[in-house]
Amino acid sequence: MAFLKAVITRTLYAALLLAAVLVLNFSMMHLAPGDVADTISQSMGGADAAVLEEIRKDYGLDQPFLVQLGSYFNKVLHFDLGYSFFYNTSVTGLIMQKLPATLLLVVTAQVLALFVGIVLGVYSARNPNGLSSHFVSILALFGYSAPVFWTGILLLIGFSLNVHWFPVAGMYDLTVEGGFFVKLWDLIRHMVLPVITLSSIFLALYSRLCRATMMEVLGSDYIRTAKAKGLSEREIVYKHALKNSLSPVITLAGLQFSAVISGAVLVETVFSWPGLGTLAFQSIIARDTPTILGILFFSALVVIVGNLLTDLALRFVDPRIGRKG
Amino acid sequence: MSKSPIIPEEEIQKARHPMAEAAEMFAKNYAAVAALIVLLLIVLAAIFGPTLYPTDPFEMVWAPFSPPGEGGFLLGTDYLGRDLVAALLHGARVSIIIGLAAAFMSVFIGVTVGALAGFYRGWVEEVLMRITEFFQVLPTLLFSMVIVALFGASLPIITIAIGVVSWTAVARITRSEFLRIRELEYVMASRASGASNAKLMFKIILPNALPPIIVQAALMVGSAILFEAGLSFLGLTDPNVVSWGQVIGSNRQYILDASYTVTIPGLAIFVTVLCISLVGDGLNDALNPKLRQR
Repeated sequence: MAFLKAVITRTLYAALLLAAVLVLNFSMMHLAPGDVADTISQSMGGADAAVLEEIRKDYGLDQPFLVQLGSYFNKVLHFDLGYSFFYNTSVTGLIMQKLPATLLLVVTAQVLALFVGIVLGVYSARNPNGLSSHFVSILALFGYSAPVFWTGILLLIGFSLNVHWFPVAGMYDLTVEGGFFVKLWDLIRHMVLPVITLSSIFLALYSRLCRATMMEVLGSDYIRTAKAKGLSEREIVYKHALKNSLSPVITLAGLQFSAVISGAVLVETVFSWPGLGTLAFQSIIARDTPTILGILFFSALVVIVGNLLTDLALRFVDPRIGRKG
Repeated sequence: MSKSPIIPEEEIQKARHPMAEAAEMFAKNYAAVAALIVLLLIVLAAIFGPTLYPTDPFEMVWAPFSPPGEGGFLLGTDYLGRDLVAALLHGARVSIIIGLAAAFMSVFIGVTVGALAGFYRGWVEEVLMRITEFFQVLPTLLFSMVIVALFGASLPIITIAIGVVSWTAVARITRSEFLRIRELEYVMASRASGASNAKLMFKIILPNALPPIIVQAALMVGSAILFEAGLSFLGLTDPNVVSWGQVIGSNRQYILDASYTVTIPGLAIFVTVLCISLVGDGLNDALNPKLRQR
């Protein structure tokens, strides 16, 4: 029952946050110099003041701020994020077309970073003065300090240009023909470098936190009890200690959605990955405001839903959370 | 009556200034000291470099894509035949100025929000922390891209675009420090003796909340530099000013012809941010000795 209540309140709160993002989006569009009428008149090759007024009236731009805001909300609730004058298509359609590529990249990179991070963290917690522990420290420094787009370009130079192991750009090779597995292999080859680049930021974060919590857990009383019972070290580490040291790592991973999307914008641009990041980059260059704001809204939606799911998953996994209030 | 000291005279240690103690702790961390020296060199290069090496970073001085060393140009030239040394020296200014200004802005916002929330509690805290959460769900880079794209790519706008999205961590740290310190006895005593709220907040609580904020502020400079590099890599930068990220962004199509035009500026960013984070680690150990013992 308490869980159900948490689901309802958290969902309502997420909806409220989303509404706030919409208000911010709309206000920025309103405050920015130039409006839709200017864009249209530009594409017509200029128009006089009377025509501009006409266009503004057609698009409801002469209405008061709150009325315009209301109609914007109404549109968004009907999945209408506006029209891109640059791509000549609806923004929602454009985003839906690019979203799967971004999700594939982001989810794979996160899973990889979590898996390798936890393995590295556990291993170095068991050997605190060993080589792996130093490796985790160095990795953490590199992950924090190296600009992700530079890491990507370095990998590109190393593995695509010097030795031709991986393709330089894109998601598919159009010249590759064959069955499902041939295409899948082609996709995986395209994914390797972008995924490694994107996960490099988070790998360091997860391995360092996992090492710290693991070392703390390994020093606690119930682990000593387990040792006294005569359990093997493998059993203690993977069955008893790991469970308790995972929940901070998952919490941290849940907080990274916004950073992951920011990283994806840069990584996609480096590797010309056909996702939302590349779309954002191109529409910024083209000054395509509806598309940029649509992407911002959609990414915020992804972050909010991601946070909500992480929060609920943690409550489900760890019943101690949310009990005190 | 003669003094009968309970503690022998020679064992009484003079209370030292806390800053002296922190400086000593910092000096023991060799990596942090080395990083600080490199960082000072980079700052000096940014301040005096363009005067001592007056080549215009926008001027074509030699054949394009000439590798480092050729024609007397230490780091070679880019796709338009512009001198990379000049670009790095001028770019250092932009990176450091924006890094410092954006970090200052985010620390200012963060400390104000966190201090008000932690001091007043109640509905003030509720509202301010909801706003903080709101800024945490905005995808930071995209939001800054939108601000720069809509309001123009000038250095002040870029600084604001970075500062506005990066203050949430500072706000959280400040709030939790305020929540802890406001209950301490010395704060109660000042409150009882009639200190005003403003005095309590900024003169009595804030100085004791500073150590973790200083560490975070140091790290913020590093992430602001990375942030600016990312924006200018994407082309969202003042076109009349050279910056490290912009050199990488404009040369990246030519990595087959001249990979050094991309690797060297990236190395500059990497080394600068690495040194800042090492100094931050050193400050952390020096200012929060209790954390170290844990």
